[in-house]
Amino acid sequence: MNNKYEVVIGLEVHVELKTATKIFCGCKTTFGGDPNTHVCPICLGLPGVLPVVNEKVVEYGVRTGLAINAKVPNYSKFDRKNYYYPDLTKNFQTSQFDLPICENGYLDIEVDGVVKRIGITRAHMEEDAGKLVHSGKTISSSNSSNVDYNRVGVPLLEIVSEPDIRSSEEAKAYVEALKMILTYIDVSDCKMEEGSIRADANVSIRLIGAKEFGTRTETKNLNSLKALQKAIEYEVERQTEVIEDGGVIEQETRTWDDEQGITLSMRSKADAHDYRYFPEPDLPPIILTDEYIDNIRRLLPELPEARKKRLIEMDSLSVYDANLVIAEKFLADFYDEVRKSIDDPKLIVNYLMGDYYRELVAVGLDFSSSPVSTKDFSELLKLLQEKTISGKIAKEIIPLMVKDGKSPKVIVEEKGLVQISDTGAIEAIIAEVVAANPKAVDDYKNGKGNSIGFLVGQVMKASKGKANPGIVNELLKSVLDK
Amino acid sequence: MGKIKDIHNQLLNKEISAVELIKEYLANLKVSENKLGTYLAITEEKAIADALAIDKKISNGESIGLLAGIPMGIKDNISTKGIITTCGSKILENYKPVYNATVVNKLYHEGGIILGKCNMDEFAMGSSSENSAYKLVRNPWDIDRVPGGSSGGSAATVGAEEVVFSLGSDTGGSIRQPAGFCGVAGMKPTYGRVSRYGLIAYASSLDQIGPIAKNVEDCAIVHDIISGYDKMDSTSANMPSTKSLDNINRDIKGLRIGVPKEYFGGDEKVLKTLKKALAKFEEMGAIVEETSLPHTEYALPAYYIIASAEASSNLARFDGVRYGARDFDQNDVTDMMSVTRDKFFGKEVKKRIMIGTYALSAGYYDAYYLKALKVRTLLKRDFDEAFKKYDVLITPVAPTLPFKIGENIKDSITMYLGDICTVTINLVGIPGIAIPCGFADGLPVGMQILGKPFSEELLFNVAHRFEQNNDFHLRKPEVK
Repeated sequence: MNNKYEVVIGLEVHVELKTATKIFCGCKTTFGGDPNTHVCPICLGLPGVLPVVNEKVVEYGVRTGLAINAKVPNYSKFDRKNYYYPDLTKNFQTSQFDLPICENGYLDIEVDGVVKRIGITRAHMEEDAGKLVHSGKTISSSNSSNVDYNRVGVPLLEIVSEPDIRSSEEAKAYVEALKMILTYIDVSDCKMEEGSIRADANVSIRLIGAKEFGTRTETKNLNSLKALQKAIEYEVERQTEVIEDGGVIEQETRTWDDEQGITLSMRSKADAHDYRYFPEPDLPPIILTDEYIDNIRRLLPELPEARKKRLIEMDSLSVYDANLVIAEKFLADFYDEVRKSIDDPKLIVNYLMGDYYRELVAVGLDFSSSPVSTKDFSELLKLLQEKTISGKIAKEIIPLMVKDGKSPKVIVEEKGLVQISDTGAIEAIIAEVVAANPKAVDDYKNGKGNSIGFLVGQVMKASKGKANPGIVNELLKSVLDK
Repeated sequence: MGKIKDIHNQLLNKEISAVELIKEYLANLKVSENKLGTYLAITEEKAIADALAIDKKISNGESIGLLAGIPMGIKDNISTKGIITTCGSKILENYKPVYNATVVNKLYHEGGIILGKCNMDEFAMGSSSENSAYKLVRNPWDIDRVPGGSSGGSAATVGAEEVVFSLGSDTGGSIRQPAGFCGVAGMKPTYGRVSRYGLIAYASSLDQIGPIAKNVEDCAIVHDIISGYDKMDSTSANMPSTKSLDNINRDIKGLRIGVPKEYFGGDEKVLKTLKKALAKFEEMGAIVEETSLPHTEYALPAYYIIASAEASSNLARFDGVRYGARDFDQNDVTDMMSVTRDKFFGKEVKKRIMIGTYALSAGYYDAYYLKALKVRTLLKRDFDEAFKKYDVLITPVAPTLPFKIGENIKDSITMYLGDICTVTINLVGIPGIAIPCGFADGLPVGMQILGKPFSEELLFNVAHRFEQNNDFHLRKPEVK
């Protein structure tokens, strides 16, 4: 990138809300299913049907607004966005135009240790459209197209940022921060691969120091963080080239071609839709009382930033560790639950992010899909704290816990992995090892202090790793120093 | 011609069976319909099957609803499961709904027997029923004249006594004006009083379903049944159904009647008949005074903007993709949709879609749609003021007598001006009932009685009192 220019990015993020039913009817929102099986007269837009707002959608909208520091007005309404496309069943989308469910929020993001505030213009509720399934690879090579309306009416929240983002890294950090909050407040699964969160990027460049924005392009349907970053980078490069060659940027809508790794023009401003928005006459305005909003505020879970602060201040975790723990709500909740019975935050983090995490990665699981319960995980740490098992044995137990979801106590008993802390038993082993290794004993006595390490190793080996290493060390020393 | 209660008693006393009754009505309907064009579909098989079921119930001593065995007609823009519902349009020529409108379920539940789907102006756009894509409807009082519209089939079928009652829909007068032209009683309820679920929308913020019957009592009975909250319609008022039947026959001495002067600019013959009716009200002890609704002149343009704007969006779904007619000769989906719409929508519908699309377009929205909404607010204020002084307002239903077929169809402005007495009521959302108040040149003259929101019970009583002091509702046209 030519460093004469500054990049200006605004993101529109479409988030699928995880309500059980659709926004205006009782159909299931479940992903997948045979085409046109999650439909009814209402979402099919059959003549004469009327929408009824799913109250959960409003609740989730408000919850999101509060979590992104936005204002939630007492009065908002739905509008119709009119355009013709066969993936719509009514040829209009019920959305929100001038009075959305929340406005004027922000999110703090962190890139390379620098914290930056990104403004959020608004978030509005709307219904998703269906899916066109073409017989060929592209529309132009297809003889026919089918429409699957299962997605029609799935509730979406469109969150529109201010043009405050200045790089693809910031864009990624913004979407990650947003995802984190949305999963914390439990309004969306944020599964990009299932399309439950996708972004459109408005990108422009301008000379550094310029006051006016450059002409922007909007790149649609970026459904992975990688695509988002790559599309932005591609656009910046493309726009820089156009301007450097003396050209002008056209205001247009573009689409990201993941295979070729380029953006392509979809339609120019001249072909832009006039959506002819007007208030949805079939739905009364949404009037929210202060009590309603306050109630949702009161029930808001602890958000990632607050949680991080608590972990640093109350549990004395490092910023690095705290960031690891809060990165996923499931993990943070897991930590908190374990923390109730284990009074050693550092020990919890070390095992969570160390041996346990490594094992999950090795078998292709993640924290939320692992069969290990907080109870079993706490039990494992307790066995360690009580020195019933050693760290080495813990390493052996963890894979078994992950594999079968068995409790560590059961594993320890079944496999006879209890650590030997009985001094009598250990002394017997030491006596054998000392007798079998006269050279090492001599070395130690001749001042080669490090040969004790070898002897400890032999004791451990002879005990099949079950001897308590602390006790072994202590007893061995007293035997040798006699 | 029976009244609902009389037929109900005859059935209970086994003086007649439901099957006999329905067969008699069907036989007459088929002959009469040929002359009047009142139906787009006649549901003979279902009607007889339903009648049989009623008879079985009666002979088993089971209780039956008040409408059990009563023959009815349903306007063709109200969804009836399994019965083709076209809205009078070619674009829905073979469309069979998979569900019933809430009102249809309510009528079925009370035992009402559907004889068919009533002809109408395409998508309820029109004031003469000449815009039906299938055939004309004729006025039973003079078959060379229009029955009014858009519920022309629903009003004419009741006027000609082909059925006992019917349902219509009213967006700008579509129940009241044809009721007036056909000499029958028709109620446009308060917006939100009757569920719109299943009514194929023309203009969502104005549409209401309402009953049409030969007399006020029957009209009230049907209204009591179809009204009430419906969770499927977010714009329906959270109120119980009306109890109009229990509230008729009340004295109207001292009733304050306002007569808005802006509504009295029409045909002399109409006005003279109206004035006689008002004199009758005074005789009955009511207080009649002239009043003013100053913003009336802005209502008609505001109505045509709002109704057309909503229609342009409501009718967008008829694109040939999912149901209804499709043009198969096109190579891509955009052409298919636009040719389908061009070919299968009628002229008046296309005109209103274009007006509405224009009014909502960027750069025109404020000048047209937003301004029309402001007019709507001013009109509401006019009526709020008037109802501080008066219990009801009385006006003609239309400025003219039923006009000749073909007389106005080429001249939209004249046709639209005919709605001048009715459109305001939809913009304001209040209830209005039309009943015959006399005859001129052998043609019925309709009177419109208006009240505050949710005052249907009062309106039925006032209309009923008037009816009891006259015999207009007892006259029967000779269809020639």
